[in-house]
Amino acid sequence: MINAILVFNNHGKPRLVRFYQHLAEEVQQQIVREVFHLVLKRDDHICNFLECGSLFGGSDYKLIYRHYATLYFVFCVDSSESELGILDLIQVFVETLDKCFENVCELDLIFHMDKVHHILQEMVIGGMVLETNMNEIVAQVEAQSKLEKAEGGLSAAPSRAVSAVKNINLPEIPRNINIGDINIKVPNLSQFM
Amino acid sequence: MALKMVKGSIDRMFDKNLQDLVRGIRNHKEDEAKYISQCIDEIKQELKQDNIAVKANAVCKLTYLQMLGYDISWAAFNIIEVMSASKFTFKVSSLCNYNCTSQAVSLLYLTNDLSSPNQYDTGVALTGLSCFVTPDLARDLANDIMTLMSHTKPYIRKKAVLIMYKVFLKYPESLRPAFPRLKEKLEDPDPGVQSAAVNVICELARRNPKNYLSLAPLFFKLMTSSTNNWVLIKIIKLFGALTPLEPRLGKKLIEPLTNLIHRYVCKCCFLHLGVVKVLISLSSGMPNHSASIQLCVQKLRILIEDSDQNLKYLGLLAMSKILKTHPKSVQSHKDLILQCLDDKDESIRLRALDLLYGMVSKKNLMEIVKKLMIHVDKAEGTTYRDELLTKIIDICSQSNYQYITNFEWYISILVELTRLEGTRHGHLIAAQMLDVAIRVKAIRKFAVSQMAMLLDNAHLIASNTQRNGICEVLYAAAWICGEFSEHLEEANQTLEAMLRPKVTTLPGHIQAVYVQNMVKLYASILQQKEQSGEKEAAQEITQLMIERLPQFVQSADLEVQERASCILQLIKYIQKLQIKEVPVAEEVIALFAGELNPVAPKAQKKVPVPEGLDLDAWINEPPSDSESEDEKPKTIFHDEEQRHSRHRQPEIDEEELARRREARKQEQANNPFYIKSSPSPQKRYQDTPGVEHIPVVQIDLSVPLKVPGMPMSDQYVKLEEERRHKQKLEKDKKKKKQKKEKRGKHHRHNSLHTESEEDIAPAHHVDIITEEMPENALPSDEDDKDPNDPYKALDIDLDKPLADSEKLPVQRHRNVETQKSPDSEAPLVEKKSKKPKKKEKKHKEKEREKGKKKEKEKKVVEEEEEKQKSSKHKKKKHKKEKEEKSKDKKKSKKKSHHSEEETTESVQNGTLDDEPLPVSSCALTALTYDIQGNLQNDSQVTVSVIFENKSTSFLKSMELNVLDSLNTKMLRPEGSSVHDGIPVPFQLPPGISNEAQFVFTLQSIVMAQKLKGTLSFIVKNDEGSTHEKLDFKLHFSCASYLITTPCYSDAFAKLLESGDLHMSSIKIDGISISFQHLLAKICFHHHFSVVERVDSCASMYSRSIQGHHVCLLVKKGENSVSIDGKCNDSTLLSNLLDEMKETLSKC
Repeated sequence: MINAILVFNNHGKPRLVRFYQHLAEEVQQQIVREVFHLVLKRDDHICNFLECGSLFGGSDYKLIYRHYATLYFVFCVDSSESELGILDLIQVFVETLDKCFENVCELDLIFHMDKVHHILQEMVIGGMVLETNMNEIVAQVEAQSKLEKAEGGLSAAPSRAVSAVKNINLPEIPRNINIGDINIKVPNLSQFM
Repeated sequence: MALKMVKGSIDRMFDKNLQDLVRGIRNHKEDEAKYISQCIDEIKQELKQDNIAVKANAVCKLTYLQMLGYDISWAAFNIIEVMSASKFTFKVSSLCNYNCTSQAVSLLYLTNDLSSPNQYDTGVALTGLSCFVTPDLARDLANDIMTLMSHTKPYIRKKAVLIMYKVFLKYPESLRPAFPRLKEKLEDPDPGVQSAAVNVICELARRNPKNYLSLAPLFFKLMTSSTNNWVLIKIIKLFGALTPLEPRLGKKLIEPLTNLIHRYVCKCCFLHLGVVKVLISLSSGMPNHSASIQLCVQKLRILIEDSDQNLKYLGLLAMSKILKTHPKSVQSHKDLILQCLDDKDESIRLRALDLLYGMVSKKNLMEIVKKLMIHVDKAEGTTYRDELLTKIIDICSQSNYQYITNFEWYISILVELTRLEGTRHGHLIAAQMLDVAIRVKAIRKFAVSQMAMLLDNAHLIASNTQRNGICEVLYAAAWICGEFSEHLEEANQTLEAMLRPKVTTLPGHIQAVYVQNMVKLYASILQQKEQSGEKEAAQEITQLMIERLPQFVQSADLEVQERASCILQLIKYIQKLQIKEVPVAEEVIALFAGELNPVAPKAQKKVPVPEGLDLDAWINEPPSDSESEDEKPKTIFHDEEQRHSRHRQPEIDEEELARRREARKQEQANNPFYIKSSPSPQKRYQDTPGVEHIPVVQIDLSVPLKVPGMPMSDQYVKLEEERRHKQKLEKDKKKKKQKKEKRGKHHRHNSLHTESEEDIAPAHHVDIITEEMPENALPSDEDDKDPNDPYKALDIDLDKPLADSEKLPVQRHRNVETQKSPDSEAPLVEKKSKKPKKKEKKHKEKEREKGKKKEKEKKVVEEEEEKQKSSKHKKKKHKKEKEEKSKDKKKSKKKSHHSEEETTESVQNGTLDDEPLPVSSCALTALTYDIQGNLQNDSQVTVSVIFENKSTSFLKSMELNVLDSLNTKMLRPEGSSVHDGIPVPFQLPPGISNEAQFVFTLQSIVMAQKLKGTLSFIVKNDEGSTHEKLDFKLHFSCASYLITTPCYSDAFAKLLESGDLHMSSIKIDGISISFQHLLAKICFHHHFSVVERVDSCASMYSRSIQGHHVCLLVKKGENSVSIDGKCNDSTLLSNLLDEMKETLSKC
């Protein structure tokens, strides 16, 4: 079972937080902070597995993480998951994001958190891996966003127009972002699928 | 209306959306908190609007805020509301943040969505459910999800399969009924569904593998045919769990797995790893498969030597699995693992440490620990060093110091560890010191000398404030020196060390131990001096104590102060006696007489409760409030007498005690692990026999003693080697002799010697005292198990055929229906066809009565008819219709729990089952019931009755009969008269409960009803069978005819505006509960749903089974609540309001 999926940047700012067990917000933040400190200490060229002690209340749990450019993707899993399998799942997740956002960068995750959640929902539900095939995931996500657009129809038109107007100012956004929007590099790992 | 909508969406354009929020937060870096609180206020405003799109947007923003750590549980209700929206877009946004919603209210919306024709609606509902499933939800939805498992769309199927696991966890009873279908899904044509099913079964099997052995052939087939790596990994993991239970399976697997290893070794390493793991576990059952183990270990070695850190880590992980079963084959790779200790990666180092733990043997323990000690010195970072320290101690102390051959070495290792800077584990070292010194008698002399040295150098340990953790060691040192002071060579010096002023800077609890043990030391010195006749020296030492003790008397720590002042007085007294030249030593030493035995940690728990002792019984009768002592003083004495007489019982007379004592001694004498109690308590202080056999090895102690506090453990390694060498030679000699002398006779004995090369005799003859356990302790393993383990409940035998009582609750509803009317098909069809007629009739009646409401009524009827048509249209088959019906019923059931005046206490317990009816006089049966409206049929309600057999006899031939009233009649099978009862379709073994359903037809629902009934049954036990009866009353409140129906505010407003509703209102005073709570109560007990809520004012809606609309406006004042109601029928309304008053006035 996957216990939690966390994405945060090099400064520890959470970009996606999803727990598959009920925890109070303070506890969640605490965990994100501690995981960040654990992961930050580690070099890039050592192994991607980390025993997190009693952080999640049991010794069975393990952190499996990957570092892409400015973002850390951390999965907390118990012993029933295969370590390399999860590592690959992270890769699939990032590749799917890359495909859905076309050259994904940290900004995409910040501004389209809802969409990121949807994508994740197509991969993992309730802590169990639902789908590992990227094409299948992308297909489902696209079908659903199509459905959303169709539903939006006329009534959503004004708001869409406004948000388009708002986004005209988009060029000024990067100025506010000191992290920069370095693309997430997708290195090729093992050929899993 | 349309205009309003457009206006709403134009307004909305200027609301913040998620992107704006994010942007805003980023622009307000300095005053982020302020900005966010402003945003939350806006969101609150947005949530109050009735435009669902605005709400959805607000909820979406909340999700983001939650990620930033803001509590959003206050919006739980709104989130559910958005979830119930008809548009997919909005649902999705709300489901993003389901972490905080767990109300049962969401159920209603979920059931709607689950049966939605759109696969994505269903999908989203399932996703949502996965996160907030509760036991109640699980029970109610189990059947729906099970149906979805055979949905036509694979997308839904796989989601449903995964959710099923969550349902199992929350509602274990569903596992058995659902399992056959789950098994089917293993062979689903869609690979996604297949992998989901494998996933779920693996999760289940991981906790209770033995129940899934029967699936092995199926998995075997999957393993050889599947190409999906995920599935393969999971199956291999599953086999890993199964093989230890079934050795035959192992034999079968070994061939294909070995092939897999060879095939995949370069292609994907992780698969390979998994295979290795299984091989390991399966070889454990078969001793002759060393070849395959060798293969595994070799492959693992390749992995560990790989440059990829991940593989290295996993290799070590797998190695630790092998280690458990085949320690020898791993031990040959010790070099590799020690090498890993130098790795820069902490994860890998920790793994390697774990491996070392299992690799030690008597032979290599010293060597390994020596290496570890080097690492301790080198290690940077306290966490890793602490880890090393604990590992060293773990390794040495594992399985009762099994691998330690030389305890002097171990003590010196411990002493060396005290030099560690800044460790947190001082207490661990201290505990080890104490444990070894207490349990290994032979080592005490050496231990005491080392501890004396530590005390002497206490300033080194205690000087640095940062090293505070380590000063715990002094606790152990002081205690050992005091307790075993007879072994101390220079007691005077140690005593002086303990009396140094520096000691007062130590933590309080350590000082306290110091003080106490000073006296022990003092006592033994006193004795020594008196025996040798040095009276002056004895007086000198007393003087020293009197001079130095006051510094402890002034301590801030109470414990220290108390002990010190007590002891100071004692010593002053001794001094007086000494001046009078009275020998005091014997008496002083008698203060500390007696041996302390180690007690096992769980000993207390395992003391068996003696017969005749009831721990739950009151010692004194609990004081009752009604009678005060002044009134009836006599009763106290009376009670006391009773108490005495009761308590004399377990007391045993002296004889019995003596007899038991004797028996115990006998038992102990026969027990080789028990240290024999010394005949006299003083004996310990003369010369313990254990001490005699200490000096086997002559150790030159002069060297370590001169390097204070730092004995060199290395020298022991050398010594040990020499000793072993010598021993071996001797043994060889002996062996030869033995061989020559007694060949035939002691053959077995001989072979034992030759076989155990590792069997190195320890340096000392050490008897490790086992920890003491109470006599006849209960052998219990249970105390290791966690009773709250959710997985334990899933330990269910799946191979047993399903019993009748084991169906999912919803299924049961259906079954009963078919059972009740054997000719059910016919009457049901009839019912359907009759319905429009009935409606027309009723319609006419109403027309007559309320002419002015004509149009409205017509509309309702039309609507209903339409609904029915459409449902028929959708699913033409009768069966399906029934299914739908039961679904609807179930929907209503959730909320249609029903409360009532007579036995409300039990309802308020919060049990879902409603009222316990009067339990029959002989307490044989208990009935609970629940009335549910039937949406499909406007003149029927279903009463679910739970029968519980509380007796120890078997109940059968149960028959339920109700005295029909004009208005309400029980639906009986055709052909039976009104006086016939309906047989209950099951029998009840003792302690079992089951549920049956009975349908009642009603004409008018505007009034509450009460029906009398009887349940007759035959009680069968050993003595024969008797006929029994149980009378009960069924109360049909008006609320039970209501069905919770969601209503949107626009429709609600329309309804109110239409003006054809009667109005009535009530006011209830003295309400103290919160408004939220109040609304929840109305929703729960009276089946309403909240339409809109503004501050302390809310509008609510519900609908009766006959289509009456009921609208409420609830306002909360200071201490009162006023409820204005509007309804098509004024009688119904006033009855409902009365019922509501009843419930609410109770809070």
